[in-house]
Amino acid sequence: MPDVDPRIEGLRTEALAALASASDEAGLEQWRITFFGRQDGRVSALLRSIRDVPADQRAAFGAAANAVKVELEGALEARQEGLKSAALKALTTEAALDVTLPGRPQPLGRLHPVTQTMRDCLTAFQEMGFRVAEGPEVEWARYNFDAARIPEDHPARDMWDTIWVNTLIDGERNMLLRTHTTPNQVRVMERTPEPPVRVVVPGKCYRQEATDATHEWMLTQIEGLAVDEGVRMTDLKGVLYGWARKMFGADRKIIFHHSYFPFVEPGVEMAIDCFICRGSGSACHTCHGTGWIEILGAGMVHPEIIENAGYDSSKVTGFAFGLGVERVALLRWGIEDIRNFYANDLRFLSQF
Amino acid sequence: MKLSLNWLREFVDVDMPVPELARLLIDATAEVESWETIGANWEPDKIRVARVLSVEPHPNADRLRLVTVDAGSGTQQVVCGAPNVAAGQNVAFASEGARLRDGHTGEATVLKLRPIRGVESAGMVLSEKELGLSEEHEGILVLPDDAVVGRPLVEVLGDVVFDISTWANRADLLGVLGFGRETAALTGKALREPDRTYSESGRNVEELVSVTIDAPDLCRRFTASVIEGVTIGPSPQWMQERLKKAGMRPINNVVDITNYVMLETGQPLHAFDHDLVRGKQIVARRAIPGEKLVTLDGIEREFDGEMLLICDGGGPVGIAGIMGGGNSEVSESTNNVLLEVANFRAGSIRRTSTHLKLRTEASLRFEKGIGPEMAEYAQRRALHLFEQLTGGKVAKGLVDVYPGKQPRPTIVVEDERIARVLGIQVPVEDVRRILTDLGFVCHFVPPGNYSVQPPDWRPDVEIADDVIEDIGRIYGYDKLPATMLRGMLPVPEPNPLMDLRENVRDLAVAAGFQEVITYTLTEKAKLERVVSPADAARMSPLDVVNPVAAQHTYLRTTLRSSVLDTYAANRRHAETGLRLFEIGLEYLPTEADLPHERPVLCAILGGPRETRWGRPGPERLDFFDAKGAVEAIFDHLGIRVTFAPRAEFGLLEGHTAEVLAGKEPLGLVAQVHPETAAAFDIDEPVFLVELWLEDMVRHLPERPEYLAPSKFPEVRQDLALVLDGATPAGRVLEIVRSHRSGGVRIRADVFDEYRGPGVPDGKKSLALRLRFQAEDRTLTDNDVAKIQQGLVVRLGKEIGAVLRGG
Ligand SMILES: [Zn+2]
Repeated sequence: MPDVDPRIEGLRTEALAALASASDEAGLEQWRITFFGRQDGRVSALLRSIRDVPADQRAAFGAAANAVKVELEGALEARQEGLKSAALKALTTEAALDVTLPGRPQPLGRLHPVTQTMRDCLTAFQEMGFRVAEGPEVEWARYNFDAARIPEDHPARDMWDTIWVNTLIDGERNMLLRTHTTPNQVRVMERTPEPPVRVVVPGKCYRQEATDATHEWMLTQIEGLAVDEGVRMTDLKGVLYGWARKMFGADRKIIFHHSYFPFVEPGVEMAIDCFICRGSGSACHTCHGTGWIEILGAGMVHPEIIENAGYDSSKVTGFAFGLGVERVALLRWGIEDIRNFYANDLRFLSQF
Repeated sequence: MKLSLNWLREFVDVDMPVPELARLLIDATAEVESWETIGANWEPDKIRVARVLSVEPHPNADRLRLVTVDAGSGTQQVVCGAPNVAAGQNVAFASEGARLRDGHTGEATVLKLRPIRGVESAGMVLSEKELGLSEEHEGILVLPDDAVVGRPLVEVLGDVVFDISTWANRADLLGVLGFGRETAALTGKALREPDRTYSESGRNVEELVSVTIDAPDLCRRFTASVIEGVTIGPSPQWMQERLKKAGMRPINNVVDITNYVMLETGQPLHAFDHDLVRGKQIVARRAIPGEKLVTLDGIEREFDGEMLLICDGGGPVGIAGIMGGGNSEVSESTNNVLLEVANFRAGSIRRTSTHLKLRTEASLRFEKGIGPEMAEYAQRRALHLFEQLTGGKVAKGLVDVYPGKQPRPTIVVEDERIARVLGIQVPVEDVRRILTDLGFVCHFVPPGNYSVQPPDWRPDVEIADDVIEDIGRIYGYDKLPATMLRGMLPVPEPNPLMDLRENVRDLAVAAGFQEVITYTLTEKAKLERVVSPADAARMSPLDVVNPVAAQHTYLRTTLRSSVLDTYAANRRHAETGLRLFEIGLEYLPTEADLPHERPVLCAILGGPRETRWGRPGPERLDFFDAKGAVEAIFDHLGIRVTFAPRAEFGLLEGHTAEVLAGKEPLGLVAQVHPETAAAFDIDEPVFLVELWLEDMVRHLPERPEYLAPSKFPEVRQDLALVLDGATPAGRVLEIVRSHRSGGVRIRADVFDEYRGPGVPDGKKSLALRLRFQAEDRTLTDNDVAKIQQGLVVRLGKEIGAVLRGG
């Protein structure tokens, strides 16, 4: 190889040194303009200067200049790569975040725990073919009581302490705040000329009673009603079993025991096995050591109510149940005081 | 109902542990709430029966006595302060280390012996309070004469007392015998019925009393008998014990027998002093309106014409089935007793006792419905006890007036019906056994019917399904499998309002609002803070007769006051902004009908905006936060709305907008008037959103309006306009959005509003971002310039707007 033109070698040395000292993107850009700028870049100028080289040396000069150009371009690229990976490296080291710092707050609302529980319950029943219907909270005594076979002179009325609305219609006080969602059984059947009926009716109910950790005067119930030919008490058990397992865990067990509500015959109360102590704790606050938690009332719709709906009670049977949503919410989250729900303290609500 | 296990054992053998019996009863019969073990702490060797041999004065104290007792292991001397201690008594005797209750404080203690006023005491003679039996501490407990000296007290007085809630249709379970029958049926043990035999050694009863029923619709049966020559005195200890365990106070042998038989059978009885019964005649009749009687509790009661009275020849002597009169009461001087055991219509007793506000042990039983045959049963049981315990002679025969006698009903229960209701086949032999054990008469009539007669004490059993319930509960509901509903699904019933409500609830949460649920009954004064006097007069809220508390008297006609209250209560605990909402009902009164229950969303927001660090920042949440949430909700629902200024009570004018779909208002966005806010103790600007769901649902699109994304690029242009300061931005947008030119769609948004230097006084500058798009071609700069020119001309013509700097 012939001697390299000293200008070429000088430029090469100088360019490589300048490249080594360029420490960021801007420095590299400056270097690129200095050496490769289209107009007055020094490498471009060198290449153009081939015209001034004697013809016999042109080939060698050209080859040498070109080699330097390629070498410098490669060096630039390598340097760029190096800087880029160094920058990336820096991001993961000195520029690393303290990931334990709090995130930027996002406004995020929540549903009230009673709404959440209500929806979970309704979903469970909807999956079993029940549809949701609703009815009035301010109700006639004849729907709340009489149509549910609770006449005025019957001691069963004591089971529901009633808040009465202060209106007289034809001299009679007959408007009240419904004490349960049962009147909607009658209302739903009234507007359904022929079975099948399969509804759940959610809504607020009211009781004239003192509040304590387990009692509220305003409460939320879900009434269930299935009426058709061939509806059996075993079906009631199946539906409630499905619901209980969905709400309280797939390993839940349920039992029925005898109860009395004038609008059902037979009448039962349902309990689930205590998932807190699993039946082992005599000091358990949830089941009081019995191993069972009372959770709802149910039964087979009284044939008289079936007849009053215009259905043939010798063929058509039905079941009904009524559950307290607050009670379910208390149990599923282990909340100790029902009064928390309607105190609406965000320090409580925002935890659910 | 308090149920003594010892008493129950008189009727049926019980050999299972107490918790098992409780479980059995809960599953099939009634709700056992709890039970108390009497004598759980009485160690057999430390608390025993002792006989008092002698009583001497204490040498150093007037009130104390030295008592010598035999507790089965020789005589011992104790110091005793009880006034009633006497030689020959059997008493409860505690020795050193016995676990007792303190006679004064009632707290648990352990007996430590020390000399009392200088005399050693070998133990202690106990009061009921010290044994934990009652609060009685005046004197010591005296045990029955036949108690065996030295026997552990727990074997004499120990018991288990269940506290049981019974059902409203089962008067028979307000008697120990009722539980005896249930327990027998549940365990397969035999029932021992109480002794009802006696000798009729007196005169003919007809010579002593006559009975007339003037109101056979209210009094179905009246039995009477007379016991002559009774000796009034205390009833025996065993009877007193049982009465006390059931929560009743022993009075004397005659009254105690009537109470005892009521507690045993569930059938109330009443004893009159026969000598005080005028004319020796009894009439059951309706009261003359305004008629009065002083009852046994010393209170004068006045009656209406639907109340049934028991009268003698001179007038009222008792309120039927509820309480006797003071004028014929059994007393220390009574010699002859007239015993009434009757049957009254349940509804009538309930009505009378409710109207008189007089609930008694008798009325609680009668109102549940008692079979009329039980009157004679209880009468004979009581006469047995009268003969045994009062020394009296029972008259021959019974006066028995029974206008309501009916043949025993027969109910046909189809075997197929049992399966139809319960869902399982119950074997014939099980059906027969269960019903027979419960006292039914039951015949199986092949191929598939049962002919059933309910027992006298079960008037609640009326139809086949009632019988099926008895079969089911005794057979055991645990034998029912869980099955799935069969048959067709019902036709769906669409409910767009409910769907919308739940959708809006989710959207409010997504927009950052916390849901609250407040009481629907409130105070009138609170409603008046947010409802104008004119509206309040037009729609006066409904109130309730018997609120749980004064602040929960009125059914709300707006949610605003409740949500503002909730905001104020939470403000104290929160540093940064709050966003709350409730979806609930307004109860709007309707003439002579149920109120209109109108679903509404009400949201309140306010307070400092959060910084990046979640701290209160310098900026506050404002009107446009509220409006932004509303826009997001309506945009999501696909309802096109506009906003227009509105004036509304309680809201700040100039900061209040109604949300309109076309011309129909669907809700409000506003700043709450600072004075209204202050009335709720809120001292910062707060903003209200109210959405009227019933109005919104009418504007819901059937399906979302949908446009495929254009294949051609859109052209963006910013436009700065100067226009009159009073012209709303909404008007400008309306013009721009409605502008059509050669099939080009213009979308427009405001991105700045400016007043100040560079803009003339009274004017403002609005910056708009315009996006032009054609469905069929790529727009050129020239196209856009031409459309924009036309638009600016129109804006100039319609609202006097000019291009800024143009
Ligand atoms: Zn438990």
